[in-house]
This record gives sequence, structure tokens and C-alpha cells, in this order.
Amino acid sequence: MYKLLLCQRYLRTRYIALASIISVTLGVATMIVVNAVMAGFSSEMRMRIQGILSDIIIETRNYDGELNAELHKRVIQKLIGEYVAGVTTTVEVYGMLSFEYGGQYIHHPVTLIGIDPGSKSEVGPLVDYLQSYHQQENGDEKTPAERSLSQKPDWSLTSAATEYRQRLAQLANDKAQFLKELKQQQHGGGDEVPGSGDDPFKGVEATEYQPAAATSLGEVQTARLYVGSNLISFPHKDESNQMRTIYMVRPGNDVRVSTVTAGTPAPAYFNATIVDVFKSGMSEYDSNLVFCNLEHLQEVRKMIRTDEDGNESRAITSVQIKLKDYRDADKVMAILRNEFPADRYTVRTWEQKQGPLLAAVDVESSILNILLFLIITVAGFGILAIFFMIVVEKTRDIGILKALGASSNGVMSIFLSYGLSLGMVGSGVGVIAGLLFVRYINQIEKVITYVTGRKVFDEKIYYFKEIPTHVDPLTICWVALGAIMIAVLASVLPARRAARLQPVRALRYE
Amino acid sequence: MPTVTSKLTIQPASARETIAMPEPQIAAFSVEKAYRKGEHLVPVLHGVDISIRKGEFLSIVGQSGSGKSTLLHLLGLLDSPDVGEVQLEGQRIDDLPARTRDELRNRVFGFVFQFYHLLPELSLMENVLSPLMIRHSIWGYWKRRKEYQERAREMIDRVGLGHRLTHRPSELSGGEMQRAAIARSLVAHPEILLADEPTGNLDARTGREIIDLLAKLNEQERLTIVMVTHDQAIAAEAHRTVKLCEGRIVPLSDAA
Repeated sequence: MYKLLLCQRYLRTRYIALASIISVTLGVATMIVVNAVMAGFSSEMRMRIQGILSDIIIETRNYDGELNAELHKRVIQKLIGEYVAGVTTTVEVYGMLSFEYGGQYIHHPVTLIGIDPGSKSEVGPLVDYLQSYHQQENGDEKTPAERSLSQKPDWSLTSAATEYRQRLAQLANDKAQFLKELKQQQHGGGDEVPGSGDDPFKGVEATEYQPAAATSLGEVQTARLYVGSNLISFPHKDESNQMRTIYMVRPGNDVRVSTVTAGTPAPAYFNATIVDVFKSGMSEYDSNLVFCNLEHLQEVRKMIRTDEDGNESRAITSVQIKLKDYRDADKVMAILRNEFPADRYTVRTWEQKQGPLLAAVDVESSILNILLFLIITVAGFGILAIFFMIVVEKTRDIGILKALGASSNGVMSIFLSYGLSLGMVGSGVGVIAGLLFVRYINQIEKVITYVTGRKVFDEKIYYFKEIPTHVDPLTICWVALGAIMIAVLASVLPARRAARLQPVRALRYE
Repeated sequence: MPTVTSKLTIQPASARETIAMPEPQIAAFSVEKAYRKGEHLVPVLHGVDISIRKGEFLSIVGQSGSGKSTLLHLLGLLDSPDVGEVQLEGQRIDDLPARTRDELRNRVFGFVFQFYHLLPELSLMENVLSPLMIRHSIWGYWKRRKEYQERAREMIDRVGLGHRLTHRPSELSGGEMQRAAIARSLVAHPEILLADEPTGNLDARTGREIIDLLAKLNEQERLTIVMVTHDQAIAAEAHRTVKLCEGRIVPLSDAA
């Protein structure tokens, strides 16, 4: 009984103990916040990767692909139809994206993916990443969504893109008209343009002008593209110091796509019209991926075979499968691996395909946790020091207790339960503080931004409107338990010292 | 010859002489004790024999460093002798396991110290209750807390502090603190009260009050009291006085 009473009184009267409580609280709160934010980022990232890759990906080992896309689909439906929510076939190949901007030609190496938007949207949330489905914010400028979310993605141009294209045509027309008039004026008026008399290139044979990219004029191209946002834009700080995204080309513009043909690789290129901008928030994808209509890519790359009966067979390089329940992945993988020979196909889940990245994030998170736990251990040493001080300060009281008949174990348990209470109060407050911080993290971010005048969380960098957080109850339990354990462990040494005090010596101690 | 039923077979001759009839309640036989101070071993007691009958009020006098407090500590099991033994009602108690000695300290002995030694974090009431709290588990104490509180109040009333129940020791005067300490030592109904210079830190009048209180307790409750003091006048209140000089019991006449 006296143990509890004394422990409670020591808690109430020793303000130095508050220091230990605060250090435990801070350690626990920090761990919870960091874990929540890291888990938030990680799960957001996983969601996006999974969204783009779908659950299971069967890829051919070469860029020529395998013929007979329909057969592949049928085989998959037959084998694992009960688990499958959606299947789409794609052609993936490297390529080059070229367009004109500011009087220069810009070329980007890209991964060119031929897709069927309808079935692609069944294996992953494609509409989530297409800009025309969402309200756009660019500096102060806000443009409403151009398509409704109920509309399935396809290769049609939005009305805004069509308008933009018409305006381009109009401009080109006006320019041509103006030049024509200018020429007529020069020739009709008789006035020599100064300097035109001694043209240094006079006599040099003019070669035919071959543009390195498409002109965005004339009919809309049959090849259509969703282009990764980072490929065609760059951030720019304008005069009012506001970050804006400058698009070099936009939906409605024509660009040139170069790639290689199947079989003996030969250069192949075609003009295509941008239909939409693809923005997933994963910079690896946004600065690399260009989606194209599958049929056109197959045609350009000569991936279509026609047999004697006139039956067409199209080649594909990968099949993406969305499962009804991802927990069945292992079962499905076993079936597929059995059916698709390893010398021609690789069958992987999205996690295996992105293994190194996910592993890196895991390693990062566990190292950070170890470091943060060391912080709590530091708090533990603080408790150790403070407890030793309290034991020294309470030496006489310990002597009194022993004189009154308290056992060594009894005295020891006073200090152990003191450590336990410090740990419990500290981690309890820490858990509450951490959870509150996580709950209001965006508001806190705003306040810090306001106070420091610097943006702490720039959504331009991370592509999240808000800081993503994910609270895992199990992690919280471990953190709190760990902190309590450290507090108790730190109080063991001082408690033993207190227990071993000789009553006479303790009583004589002044 | 006392009917000492201990395992002790060889009893010092001096012990036989000092033990008076009836049988002693507590006794020490040729106890020796030395303390280590740095590299040196400082002897404090050189074979002291003492026995105290039930209901006796004994005072131990001597100069500072004569070993009187050490003797009291040995009797009260706060320390153990290097040589010799301590017996309680004929049973050797100094070599009992720590647990049993803790229990004996709690049940048989009451302690009063020169510097009161109250726990500063607890109120007067809680201080007085502390031996009972130590004795019982949380549940055991909780069940009988009403009874114990009643008993503690009774003790506090007896020492005349009924109006200061909730005060902290720091809010009490020296005499009040010593009276509180006496109430604490009595609450567990001890058989023997060991008082180490109970008046040493008090003025003469307050000291006298404390001694009167002890004398009254001895008389009314037949409580055995062993009191250590260096004040001859205070010592004279006891039934019997023993003088210690350099770790040995000497005839009282030497004090003059």
C-alpha cells in the first residue's frame, strides 16, 4: 500500500520527474508522427504503383511480343477466371517523344505503352491519373474538370483540346496570310528591304524543310496519346513569385513518336495527337510513360500477322491482370507460372516488379524507427540519471521505511512502479499528442508555413494535396510498450541501489 | 538461570550475571560491532551484554561515540552484530532471514529517532499509518482501512495532535514531529519501543513533555522502552540506567 502512496506522492512532488515524462512523451509522439507519415507516403505510393501496374503482370521476354492477344486473354480467363476482375493486353517498347517548343525541337526518351483505355481502366484506376477528369490548379488559375468520372476513358479529344487545335489552325492561317501580304507588299511596293541585297547564302541550294516534329495542323492524327506530365511541362516561378507549371505542349497538340519495329529493329515514327496528360504523382512514371492506342502501335511496329484465311493476329508484350482479391495472388501466381513458360514470359506481382523500390522504402522506414527508438533510449538514460538523484535524495526516507519494516523488495518496487508510472504517463501523453499531431498535421503545416514563411510541404513536389498519413494501431502499441519498457528498465538500477541500502547507513545519511 | 531455549549452548558468564529475574524480553549477549571507515575498521562495541525485562523503562547513556546508538540499532535489528547475538524472548533473532527481521521490525519494535524521520511527502495521518501500510498488502489494508484510520486517530489524539491530521511534517514544530513519530511507533502495537535521543533535538520543556509521554506509555501500557540519551536528567526518568563507555558497559558511578 505504502508503495503506491509514495510512488504517487513522488510523482506529484518531484517536478524533475516531469522532465523524464516529457522526454518519453516527445520520443513516443515523434515516433508515432513519423511512422504515420511514412506509412501514409508508402501506402499512397504503393497504391499508385499498384494502380498503374495492376496486380499481376505477365511480360514477354522480347520486344517483339507474342502473337495472338485474344488467345492469351482466353487462356487466362479459363485458368483463373474465378479470381480475375479485369484483364488488359499492352505493348511496351522504348521510344522517343519529339515536339517543338520555343523554336526548338525537344526529344525525350520514353516508355511507350500501347493500351486499350477501356480495358486498361478495368485493371487500374486510369481515370484517377488523367488530368481531364480532374479540376486543375496552376498558380491561381483553376480550370474545372473537362470529363465526368462516369465517362470511360477513350481516345477522343475534349472540347477544350478541339478548340485549342482550331485556334492553332486559325493562328497558322493568319500567319500565312500575313506573310503572304508582306511578301506582296515588298514585291509590289518596290522598296528593297535593307540588307537583302547581299544575301550570304545566295546561290546555296535550298533543301526541302523537314520538321523534326509534327505541326499540330490539319486533321487530328489517328494515333492518340496520354503523355506523362513531366515529359511536357516544367515548373516556373513567375514575376509574382508564384510557382506555375508551364506546359510546352498540351492536349490538342501533335507530337512525333519514334520507336523501333518488331523483328529486325528498324526506326519507325508516327505523328500523334495528345489527348490527355497523365499524372500519377510517381515521378518515375510521370517523366517516362507515354500511352498510345494499342492498335496503332501494333500497326506501326508491324506486330500484326495475317494468315492465309485472312485472320489477323496481333502481338502483345504484356498482359495486366486485376484480381478480385489480391490475397489470392500467390495461388494465381502458381497457376500462371505453370502455364506461361519462364523462358518466354516473366510472371510477377506488382510488388515483385517494383521490389527494389518497395524494399528501399521498407529499409528506410525501419532504419528511421531504430534511430527514433534510440531517442527514446536517450530518454531512458535521462530517467536513469533522474532516478539515481531521487534515490540519493530519498536515502533517509528509504532508511525510515526499512526501519518501519519495509522489505528490500518493497523498496525496490516503489522505484520500479515509479518508473512504470513515468513510462505509462509519458507514453500515454505521447500517444495522444502524436495522434493529435497526425490528425491535424495539415493545419499544423499551414501554421508553420505561415510562421516561417516557407512552405514545409510543397504539394508541387509530392503531388499530394495533403500530407498523407496512415495510423497503424499495432505500431502505436509497440511504440508505447517499448517506451514503458525502457522507463522500467532505466529504473531497475536505481531501484536496486535503493533496495540494497542498509537502514542504519540510510538513517545516518544527511 | 533463565530458561533460554535458544540453540545457544555456551552462554557467556557475564550474561548469566546480568540477566535478572523474571526472564528478559530482549537481550544482547557479548555483541561486538565494528564499522569500516575508509581503510580502517573502527570498533564500536566490545562485547556488550544487556537484557531488558518486559515493561521496563531502560535508558542507555554515554558520550557521543560510546556506541549507545549502535547498541540500540542492534537490538532493533536495524543492523546485525559482528559477534554475539540478540535474543527476543529467548529466541535468537539477529541471524533470522532478512524477511523475518523486516517483519519483526514492523510488528515487535517501534522506533523513535532524534531527527523524527517522518516521511516529508506524507501527511501526519499517513505517516502514522505507514507501519500498517507496510505490514499489509494493498487489498489487506484497504479492507481494514477504517479500523486502521480509527486506530491512528486514537494514537494521534493520545499524543495531542488531533487537530493536525492533514498537516505535512514540514508544517509541524519539532515537538509535534516527535510526538507524531511516537504515534507512528505505537500504531502497530509494538512490544518494545526503541528511542534514539528522542529529546536530543528539542528544547528542555518540549523534551520533558516527550519523556512524560514515554513514561506514561510505559506505565499505562506496560510498554518496554529502551531509550538512548546523553542527558543525565532525562535518563533519570527511566527505571534503570546503563552507561556505555567506549563500547563497554561501565558502572554508573563512573558518570560522575
